[in-house]
Amino acid sequence: MPANQTLIEIISKDQASLIAEWVKTQQSSFSQQGLISQDELQKQCSQFIHLLLAAPLNTRFDTGSQHWADLRDFLTEISASRGQQGFTPTETALFVFSLKAPLFNRLRSAAGKDADALATSVLEASNLLDDLGLFTTNSYQKTREEVIRRQQQDLLELSTPVVKLWDGILALPLVGTLDSARTQVVMESLLQKIVDTGSDVAIIDITGVPTVDTLVAQHLLKTITAARLMGADCIISGVRPQIAQTIVHLGVNLGEVSTKANLADAFRLALERTKQTGFGKKA
Amino acid sequence: MERIPILKMGEFLLVTIQVDMHDQLAMTLQDDITSRISTTEARGLLLDISSVEIVDSFIGRMLVNISMMARILGAETVVVGMRPAVAITLVELGLSLPGVRTALDVDKGMAALRASLSL
Repeated sequence: MPANQTLIEIISKDQASLIAEWVKTQQSSFSQQGLISQDELQKQCSQFIHLLLAAPLNTRFDTGSQHWADLRDFLTEISASRGQQGFTPTETALFVFSLKAPLFNRLRSAAGKDADALATSVLEASNLLDDLGLFTTNSYQKTREEVIRRQQQDLLELSTPVVKLWDGILALPLVGTLDSARTQVVMESLLQKIVDTGSDVAIIDITGVPTVDTLVAQHLLKTITAARLMGADCIISGVRPQIAQTIVHLGVNLGEVSTKANLADAFRLALERTKQTGFGKKA
Repeated sequence: MERIPILKMGEFLLVTIQVDMHDQLAMTLQDDITSRISTTEARGLLLDISSVEIVDSFIGRMLVNISMMARILGAETVVVGMRPAVAITLVELGLSLPGVRTALDVDKGMAALRASLSL
């Protein structure tokens, strides 16, 4: 492979100036300064060149191949750290793509007047860098998706706490919109808590639910019905004026479910139902 | 043929279902309960389903039916100890068991019966 031979020669011949030019190209393209120090960028670039020279350049870049493993790991690491440092996807991809300009300049001066050779070597180098760049973008995307998935999971767990208010009284403060997946989680954790604590009354507080449409109301009713089947009463609290209006306008029938405007009222009702007296309550 | 035992506790009947219900068993149970209510003149019926893991729409309807039959015969029914998974399944099936009283365990079911009969 003569073309790749020239590529290797050109890269290894004056590494220092190539890296310097590459670093300069990258820094001029960053929209935001100060995300990465020049030293660190310099270090990353020289490590990339080092790994590129160690890789088998006579074969195509391959995401599965063992020979490319070192370079692949390095690029994954780069894209992950870029993602965390707050670089845009474009800037992350540019890490590889910006090598094109200085490299092609050198290829041109090496090829001289030989147009055929120049075209071949540029194509080869371009293919290689494109593959590497695409791989970097892919792994950048993967890192971001991983973060999103973890946050979703955290949110799901955080948003469904069931707290014991009193002997036999549970409270379930709902925050955020209720969709089918969340209803399932909410229902399961509430029913399990009812069994664990042997509670008779559960207060579902919807102060943190932004809107109640027919679907959300249906989900709420499902949860309440399931709790009733197990022998626990539910009270809905934290109904805001707008939500009360929406419920009536939509024609949602909440049946015999007790509703209260705030948690304190609901708690008082719950105490009456379980025939207990709170400490603050007058005899 | 297997039968589900019906225990008499004072004024109440206690039925603990400990096997998975199939349709024939459910029909037999329905017959047994109605005849026992009329012979013992029980005023309350406790159906303990805490060991039941699978409930389908037929069994769900049977619970409603037994409760209605018992009411006609003069006994209040309380279904006690339904498991969370069973409750979720019934709700997903669209069965809310209207008219059936429920309680968390036998103790609470008994207390509810006493309260409603003001014993």
